[in-house]
Amino acid sequence: MSAFLAIVRRDLRLAFRQGGDGAFAVMFFVLAAILFPFGIGPEPELLARVAPGILWVVALLAAILALDRMFQPDWEDGTLELIRLSPLPLELAVVAKCLAHWLVTGLPVLLATPVVALMLRLDPASLPMLLLGMALGTPVLSLFGSVGAALTLGARRGGVLVSLLVLPLEVPVLIFGVGAADAAVGHEVGRAQLLILGAMLAAALPLCPLAAAAGLRQALE
Amino acid sequence: MDFHRFANPARFMRMSIPLLRVLAPAAAVLLALGLVLGFQVPPDYKQGMTVLIMFIHVPAAWMAMFAYAFLAAASAVALVWRHPLAEVAAVEAAPLGAGFTALCLITGSLWGAKMWGTWWVWDARLTSVLVLFFLYLGYLALAHAFDDRQRGLRAASVLALVGAVNLPIIKFSVDWWNTLHQPASVFRLGGPTLSTVYLWPLLTMALGFTLLFAWLLVLRMRAHLMERKIETLRLVAIETRQTVQPQEALS
Repeated sequence: MSAFLAIVRRDLRLAFRQGGDGAFAVMFFVLAAILFPFGIGPEPELLARVAPGILWVVALLAAILALDRMFQPDWEDGTLELIRLSPLPLELAVVAKCLAHWLVTGLPVLLATPVVALMLRLDPASLPMLLLGMALGTPVLSLFGSVGAALTLGARRGGVLVSLLVLPLEVPVLIFGVGAADAAVGHEVGRAQLLILGAMLAAALPLCPLAAAAGLRQALE
Repeated sequence: MDFHRFANPARFMRMSIPLLRVLAPAAAVLLALGLVLGFQVPPDYKQGMTVLIMFIHVPAAWMAMFAYAFLAAASAVALVWRHPLAEVAAVEAAPLGAGFTALCLITGSLWGAKMWGTWWVWDARLTSVLVLFFLYLGYLALAHAFDDRQRGLRAASVLALVGAVNLPIIKFSVDWWNTLHQPASVFRLGGPTLSTVYLWPLLTMALGFTLLFAWLLVLRMRAHLMERKIETLRLVAIETRQTVQPQEALS
């Protein structure tokens, strides 16, 4: 347990060391989201209709942007070797890194969402469902992202490649997350979508670290 | 069955020559037969002769999924048993699978434009097949993204297994969701609902497509192994040339 927390603490400390590098993801989230009213016009009904989709897509992109810092720096300076040699199973180390990634990108995005939703004229009735869906979905984004990041360690153009690999896998999360928010707009309960998001999280939590650890072992050979 | 016998690339190269000689005519015969039978079917009561697109679209769709299942299985074999030819089979099957998926999407789009009045719709079946297409492209991108080819193949094998979760989603998408795409007519509990007049040409084309896939796969695997040999020979040539060149430069 202490090794697990040590990795989480280390990643958090590194993320905020150089004057708030860790805040870049949430800054991107806010900036990219408020580009949309400039692009599609400020008409409130139109914005309210597409706001859940915009928020989800931009949250997804913000999560992907932070992925190349998950394993790459540690792999380059040899820390990943030490992590692999430690008594903590490599799969748990991956979970620790995903948790740190989520705390630096997913959680701040979640906290920023109500403010950005206000600017995108989102129907306030659907905000709780949107936030609940994002709370379930953003960890899944981090988990799938870790698989992509681990498999592309040492690849040419690894940063762009990660997005190509991870985006098709994260489409279902997007579909159900927006579905839950849209159901709330229609004054229905998005319970089915939230349950499916929860199921995806329950499945991704044990399985993604297996794939990511396999990728890390290949990179370290 | 002792698959270790097939792990020797040289033995594969030898065995593939008679195999190709059988697969090529068999595929050609079945495809020709399928097309002949297809053009002899009576027109559909609603679609007329547009129903003929089905004889390309459905086998292409079946091959797209079969190729990915083959890819995932070969990747699993490569990761678990380190079978040297399994990775080669997987990376050479991927472009074929992507091609079949593209064929499926394009013929489906043409068929839908005529029958549904729309070139595309974001229902579960079409969306999941589009995701399958991008999974193929992602697999190929990862496999070729490393300077060390072996590393690329192994990383791509893990990715192939992760993406295999999409296959049951595609298959059951028409049952789980309300889709514009019609529900299953052939592979379903209770047997096919397709009339035998259409079923026989369809199955013939499907078998022809499968043999075509097998033929192209063996061809591509041979090409891959020959490329590897050429690369090794080039590296050896560079090595031996380097020990000679400095003296030549000085003299």
